[in-house]
Amino acid sequence: MSFYLATKEIWRNRGRFLLFSLVIALITTLVLFIAALAGGLATANKQFIEKLDADLLVYQENVDLQATSSRLGSAKLRELRRVAGIAEVGPLAFSTSTIVFGDGRQPIDVALIGVEPGKPGDPPRIAGEGLRSKRSKDVIIDQPTAQKSNLNIGDRITIKSIQGTKEEFFSLTVTGITDERQYFFQPSIIVPLSVWDNVRPQPAIESGDKQLISNVIAVKLQNPAEISAMSQMMAASVAGIEIADKATAIQNIPGYSAQQSTLNTQQIFTLLIGVLVLGGFFQIQTLQKVAQIGMLKAIGNDNRTIAIAALLQIIIVTLIGVGIGGAGTMLLALGLPAGIPIIFSGATVAIAIAALLLIGPLGGLVSIRLALKIDPLTAIGLSS
Amino acid sequence: MNTVLRTQDVTKLYGKGSTSIVAVDQVSLQIERGEFVALVGPSGSGKTTMLAMLAALLSPTSGAIFIDGQDLSQMKEKERARFRGQKIGFTFQANNLVPYLSALENVELMLRLNKELDKSGKARARELLVRLGLEERLNNLPNQLSGGQQQRVAIARALVHRPEVVLVDEPTASLDTERAYQVVETFSNLIHEQDRAGIMVTHDLRMTRYVDKVIHMLDGKITNILTDRQQIEILAKTSSFQAAENSGESLPLEFIFHSQPDSLSQPVIAAV
Repeated sequence: MSFYLATKEIWRNRGRFLLFSLVIALITTLVLFIAALAGGLATANKQFIEKLDADLLVYQENVDLQATSSRLGSAKLRELRRVAGIAEVGPLAFSTSTIVFGDGRQPIDVALIGVEPGKPGDPPRIAGEGLRSKRSKDVIIDQPTAQKSNLNIGDRITIKSIQGTKEEFFSLTVTGITDERQYFFQPSIIVPLSVWDNVRPQPAIESGDKQLISNVIAVKLQNPAEISAMSQMMAASVAGIEIADKATAIQNIPGYSAQQSTLNTQQIFTLLIGVLVLGGFFQIQTLQKVAQIGMLKAIGNDNRTIAIAALLQIIIVTLIGVGIGGAGTMLLALGLPAGIPIIFSGATVAIAIAALLLIGPLGGLVSIRLALKIDPLTAIGLSS
Repeated sequence: MNTVLRTQDVTKLYGKGSTSIVAVDQVSLQIERGEFVALVGPSGSGKTTMLAMLAALLSPTSGAIFIDGQDLSQMKEKERARFRGQKIGFTFQANNLVPYLSALENVELMLRLNKELDKSGKARARELLVRLGLEERLNNLPNQLSGGQQQRVAIARALVHRPEVVLVDEPTASLDTERAYQVVETFSNLIHEQDRAGIMVTHDLRMTRYVDKVIHMLDGKITNILTDRQQIEILAKTSSFQAAENSGESLPLEFIFHSQPDSLSQPVIAAV
């Protein structure tokens, strides 16, 4: 009976109900795009760290886990290597650089990352070879760099760095291609740490400290389950360091948390607006149907039938809206130019869809409560 | 004749304590199968409250109501809803039909509610509407029907599930005189044909010409019950109990006094 009443009313008033579904569709589109944008921006920011084959990251102390402020010398690397329970350590150094082309192609800004070959941080390749030695002028490029620059294994690339006040150019050989590993919104190129130290942008006067400096040390544990205990042990064994797991390290990437919380807030508020809009709509509709619902109850329909009918209508309208919105979003996404940082990941979309499917019933709760309270006596103009 | 509906000292109070209002005061009546009764009286006389209690929409404060042998005052809300769907047929003065269901679907709604929407049920619904002159309007929505046509659909809906009691609330409120007569006459005919018990609440005494019994209420009490055919005709014609009373010495009025015997001496002209 409930299904019959719900579907008949929707069908006979399909224009009106479609409008409600379209409102939900627009909310769906907005929420999905914000979710995809949040995902895309997050990925562009954290991808290198996220994919890092390491359990812990070590920073210089008192730098608030900011990689670019942190300076760790090779002495620290050696000290860490001696701590029991650590499988491997790998220095990581971050800066930016520009790939330039002799044939007039647009230069490409990239994240220039220094690693120690074969140690944590040295990425797996999807094509080609790894970095041959600590001093070889090899470079591994990530997929976005390869796509943007049209470079292949064996090609020579020129990178430009500002050192002092001069533009310096360095020639490197592409030995391998790794999967997508963006860092701080830029595609990445990975070189041996000593090469990185030569080719990175540098101020005119260096400190005079001759040891090889990295920003962060990636640590792989013998037993990854002992992250907490090992963090404490490392902090006790090596002075002047601060240790973070990958999730904490990502949260401390400059701007990452602020950006994600802004986008998440937008998403939550859009959903709340959806709840209120739908709640208002269904409530107005129920208020318009007081006499009709009273009559339906008077002729023998119980509260359960009325409530289920109301809930079914809300669910159907929401499902249609989310369906239209989801399909529309996918079509729009296909038409978007490349380079816009949106990523529709399965989990994010699933959470957004689940939240969207909840806003209808949540918004409709008030109207269902209202419908339940309608007295069948209203059918004969009385009130209890 | 057998009794379908019986009330026993039914009283309904609104409010509590010293501020309570007696809407219905110790009313006892009974209605037989095949009997069509008009419940008349001025505004505030308690007839709508009485109708609500007979319809299992409202519980009496005290007393008992039996329909088909079942005591409504003992039922819980869910049972009462089921009882209404099975044993009672309704027409209301307004908002009678579900606006998004066609005439036929509105009638079939009662069968659907009672899980009787089989082949014979569908045929019965169609037959009733055809009988009521709505053959061409079966698939029309209520907003495509005139007021009279809507009332006829409501009549069909009230009867299609073969209820024990049919309750009719101010059937003529939104109709012109001619249509009002037609609607009530149709009701009367069907109630008699189908051997149901019918109760019509109306303030329009002209409509009493089609009923078998007129029950007059005032201040929550039944002041008189009129059963004589000739006097009912006069009441319908003049809309005056006084005129009906004076209609013939050889045929005294059959008034039954439950209370307020003085009221007979007053010209009780219902709210018209």
